[in-house]
Amino acid sequence: MKVLLLLITGFPLWAQSDLSGSWAARNYGDAVANRPGPGPGLVEYMGLPLNESARARALLYSSSEGSMPDRVCSLYSPVYVMLGPFGLKIWNETEPRNGTTIAWKIGPWEDRAAITIWMDGRPHPSRNAPHDPGGFTTGVWEDDVLTAYTTHMPAGIYRRNGVPSSDEATMTTRFFRHGDLLTVSARIEDPIYLAEPLYLTRTFQWSAAPPILSGANPCILADEGVPAGVVPHYLPGKNPFLDEMQRLYHIPSEAGLGGPETMYPEYRKKLKDKYVIPEQCKSYCGGPGSFPLRTN
Amino acid sequence: MVSRRARNRAREQAVAALFVLQLPAWAQAPGAAPFDLTGYWVSVITQNWRMRMVTPAKGDYLGIPMTAEAKKVADGWDPAKDETAGNQCRSYGAAAIMNLPERLHVTWQDDRTLRMEIDAGTQTRLFHFGDWKTSGPPTWQGDSRAEWVSRRGPGVPPGTSRAKYLKVTTTHMLPGYLRKNGVPYSANAILTEYYDLIRERAGDEWLIATTVVEDPIYLQDPLILSAQFKKQADSSGWEPAPCTARW
Repeated sequence: MKVLLLLITGFPLWAQSDLSGSWAARNYGDAVANRPGPGPGLVEYMGLPLNESARARALLYSSSEGSMPDRVCSLYSPVYVMLGPFGLKIWNETEPRNGTTIAWKIGPWEDRAAITIWMDGRPHPSRNAPHDPGGFTTGVWEDDVLTAYTTHMPAGIYRRNGVPSSDEATMTTRFFRHGDLLTVSARIEDPIYLAEPLYLTRTFQWSAAPPILSGANPCILADEGVPAGVVPHYLPGKNPFLDEMQRLYHIPSEAGLGGPETMYPEYRKKLKDKYVIPEQCKSYCGGPGSFPLRTN
Repeated sequence: MVSRRARNRAREQAVAALFVLQLPAWAQAPGAAPFDLTGYWVSVITQNWRMRMVTPAKGDYLGIPMTAEAKKVADGWDPAKDETAGNQCRSYGAAAIMNLPERLHVTWQDDRTLRMEIDAGTQTRLFHFGDWKTSGPPTWQGDSRAEWVSRRGPGVPPGTSRAKYLKVTTTHMLPGYLRKNGVPYSANAILTEYYDLIRERAGDEWLIATTVVEDPIYLQDPLILSAQFKKQADSSGWEPAPCTARW
């Protein structure tokens, strides 16, 4: 009878999905941005709804920034879950007396902190509370989809070419499980740098064999060639990669600068008369077994 | 000696089985769908832009787990030949079409058929629910069988979870291109899709399409992609255009 009552009244636990396990990255969907190695072009902002402030700041970015002594060991913000080449190790933390899940944890990676998704109804901290590399995240089950809301993230990036994210950004993440596939969607709102919400999706695959390593390796500060006190950058109007998309892929430089309109199909009308298919791919062309698209 | 726990489990299973029997055919009729896919949707291309918004260079295969055989075919890509042979729609087949920049118009054709019109290439996909059998030769969009599927956690009796997603399995496709620059999929390819709906707090709705293409000839691994579509209030921007082999 108890079981029948549960069935009638809405089985809160059964409507959830088990997300625990190792989820391997399948970087087919955004191989350009997610691949290990050089990542996207330095002025490859297409498809990002960035505003003028974001664009101006991104154009100052030099990839040597990461070699500044005070940044060598810094961590990406939780947005990196949607951008990085690695998989996810997920588990639940339980309340020891009754076994209920009080939090879902996404393990750290070498350059991203662990993310704790609190499921116990606790409120988000004050707007003035310190921001943490892992942000502050609460979650609820919407039927069988885990919906997580992250605030208090540090400033970071939206693409691995210096497109900035602010510490006022928030992220709503949803975890959809389809058998051994886990599709994750993220809606990111950023009053400082985004003109429209940024939507990202990617899919991971459950991995039975060796579990995904999950641990932030201790970072050892080393001299990467940028002296203390120097901030590598390009001055406004002096970014030498402005025409990189045009040069390498025949994509007009103005498209490379991104913006909300570049996300929608009608933007192709602006490209049509300017774009000529390059004759032959010359570098980072992929092909059979060319680089690791899978990470276990 | 049967433990109390085992007896309880057996009882739970019996009740669950009863439920399964009482809910035999998730009524597939439009009114019984767990979420409403009908309406106009626009693809929002925030990822893999360079491979989706334009036709990339010949030989640009980044991101596709292709076989050596596939590379051989793709290296010989010739859009002029496709045009001459009337094969301009090769990159608009079911295995690739959800990743194109496009708008969707989704309606119920009848109680058991969800109709998805796509303005890119002026294509139409039909998702058949229930017992449906194919007839006729292969087509670009193939034969698609659809079902609402429960996402059940471990230990949950079958048939008891209310929440669902749409799963579509497509076969019987004409050979086509996974990417506009001629990366092939074969007639043996199988496409499995999962559709999820998101209702945001701000009121906007999003459709997430996760697609898995398996091809014993041209893919080393399943090609797993996801695409996102934002719901529109009306048909603005809907602009059916013919297939093109070059653009």
